[in-house]
Amino acid sequence: MIEIGVLLSHLLIVPAAATGRMISLRPVDLAIIVIYFAAVLGIGFYLKGYAKRGEDFFVAGREMSAWVAGLAFISANLGSLELLGWAGNAYQYGILAAHWYWVGAIPAMLFLALVMMPFYYICRTHSVPGYLELRYGRATSGLSAITFAVMTILMSGVNMYAMAVVMQVILGWNLHFSIWVSSLTVGIYVALGGLFSAIFNEVIQFFLIWLGALLIPILGLIEAGGWSGMVARIQQNFPGRDFTHMWGPMVNPSQNPMGVQWVAIVFGLGAVLSMGYWTTDFLVVQRIIAAKDIRAAKTAPIIGAFFKMAVPFIVILPGLLGRAVLPFHLYPADVARAGQHTYDQVLPLMMARYLGPGLLGLGITALIAGFMSGMAGNISAFATVWTYDIYRPFIKKDGTDRHYVAMGRWCTMIGLLISIGAAYIVTHFGSLMDYVQALFSFFIAPLFGTVIIGMLWKRATKKAGFWGLLAGITTAITIFALMRGHPERVAWFCFYAGAKPLAQQMWQALWAFIAVVTVSVLVTLVTKPRPDAELRGLVMGLTEVPSEGDLPLVKRPVFWAGVCFAVFLVLQWIFR
Amino acid sequence: MSEDRHMIPVWLFVGILLFLYGILIFVSGLAEWSHPPNTELSNLHAPVWWGAIMIAMGALFIQTFRPGKKTK
Repeated sequence: MIEIGVLLSHLLIVPAAATGRMISLRPVDLAIIVIYFAAVLGIGFYLKGYAKRGEDFFVAGREMSAWVAGLAFISANLGSLELLGWAGNAYQYGILAAHWYWVGAIPAMLFLALVMMPFYYICRTHSVPGYLELRYGRATSGLSAITFAVMTILMSGVNMYAMAVVMQVILGWNLHFSIWVSSLTVGIYVALGGLFSAIFNEVIQFFLIWLGALLIPILGLIEAGGWSGMVARIQQNFPGRDFTHMWGPMVNPSQNPMGVQWVAIVFGLGAVLSMGYWTTDFLVVQRIIAAKDIRAAKTAPIIGAFFKMAVPFIVILPGLLGRAVLPFHLYPADVARAGQHTYDQVLPLMMARYLGPGLLGLGITALIAGFMSGMAGNISAFATVWTYDIYRPFIKKDGTDRHYVAMGRWCTMIGLLISIGAAYIVTHFGSLMDYVQALFSFFIAPLFGTVIIGMLWKRATKKAGFWGLLAGITTAITIFALMRGHPERVAWFCFYAGAKPLAQQMWQALWAFIAVVTVSVLVTLVTKPRPDAELRGLVMGLTEVPSEGDLPLVKRPVFWAGVCFAVFLVLQWIFR
Repeated sequence: MSEDRHMIPVWLFVGILLFLYGILIFVSGLAEWSHPPNTELSNLHAPVWWGAIMIAMGALFIQTFRPGKKTK
């Protein structure tokens, strides 16, 4: 996810003493890992025969059930850096980190399901830039596609390098071995089976991630004496500090370690940043576009939302438990001394604490699976956007379906090699990584602004789409540049000089979104709107969404969205 | 999913993998029963019951989605 950028920089600054391996594997652990690699490759070879048409290779034949699409949707987001980084954040910030899983995900996922998915699905687009082409024309789509393709492939390389470093620190694995073996495995199975293969493996990865990580909070809670025992131990170990309330410390930014106020969480994170990620980042939306019908497409994000709500159990809780049960303290990466561990090592430390042979192999396989699912998401989304949104409209317009499938396979491998190249560049120029991460975050909020205006306001014009998107990107870059290295300017945009990078990112997103809306509205008012006939199936009010009134209540997506939102509210109340 | 094209359902792959892993973890847990590893709460023998849970889940998926069985 986009906020991983901030976490990565922490993960990769490893204190000297921590460069020895933290965990040793036994033969049974290695057997579990080897079986996993064999299984994902075997599935890729099996599915090759089913991915011959473009519709199969790029959108998995649009025949995924709601459950398959929903689990793949959530799995593509469950990268191992996400697991490690957010467990570390939970150790550092306490349960505040769960905001990124609840208010920073659930409303956006439900919004995608109920409001946006019908438009994506009815217009039969193959991608988010594809929707922009239908709605705003080629210029806006091209801008979006090129930025997405470049950033996705660079991000994939950065994640690849970060994961290899993590494996080196935790297991003592050779950096080059980790990069090449894991990335080539992903490349082979995606090139063979396309999105079919990516989705199949993501569903398997979903189970492995959960089964590999779930024992840690279970055993941790047993050791700590349940939730109340854990809270008591944290208060005993860190007196006077509150790590177990989500909203209480939000009233004043100086009262919480993140330096953030509730306005930024609700509007910056909940209303813009997470909306941008969950509704317009093609990496995750692609899984839903592959659903077999519109009801499955609406239900899949809701299924994903239920599981997303539960992810803090395997990510945030281990971080909190680290505060309660570890006999030593963890430190920020930039201040940890020899022999000390960093925040982001809390999850592997907890694994080493509870998991013996066999279970440890499963836990490590969960991390590898998380890494590969995220990477497969990047690579398969890149292949689709490159082939359908850049190559076909701008380079070769008259190719056959077979030609485009071949291009999809080739660009999967070429994209992978570029990612590996990016990983090695980062190896030598570590500071570049921060900028690559930041670049990605520049596009999320503006893209959401452009897409949502296009869906909800039929008057919005082609030029408004392009100039609004450009204005949003420019605003995000400008704010980032102004705040970078000048802490005194942080207060200009965040209204609090002590805002930490995660809080800065929320405000940056909010301002970029405001810029998109302002410019889009102004340009629309002075340009000529498109006729209604051209916008049918693309815009609210001109799109006939099939009624679900004849379905029983329990089969209606809106019912389950309501249940999901109610659970979300209850969780906010419990942990307020 | 994909019944029309006779594609093996993904759930069968999930079942086989969970079943295999369950056996490995379960057996490994039994093997270390009398000399558990140096981890916290090793007296709970987590690999044994976690492995058993995985075997049961895997078997359920395999039984439900095995080739030749009609599923809806």
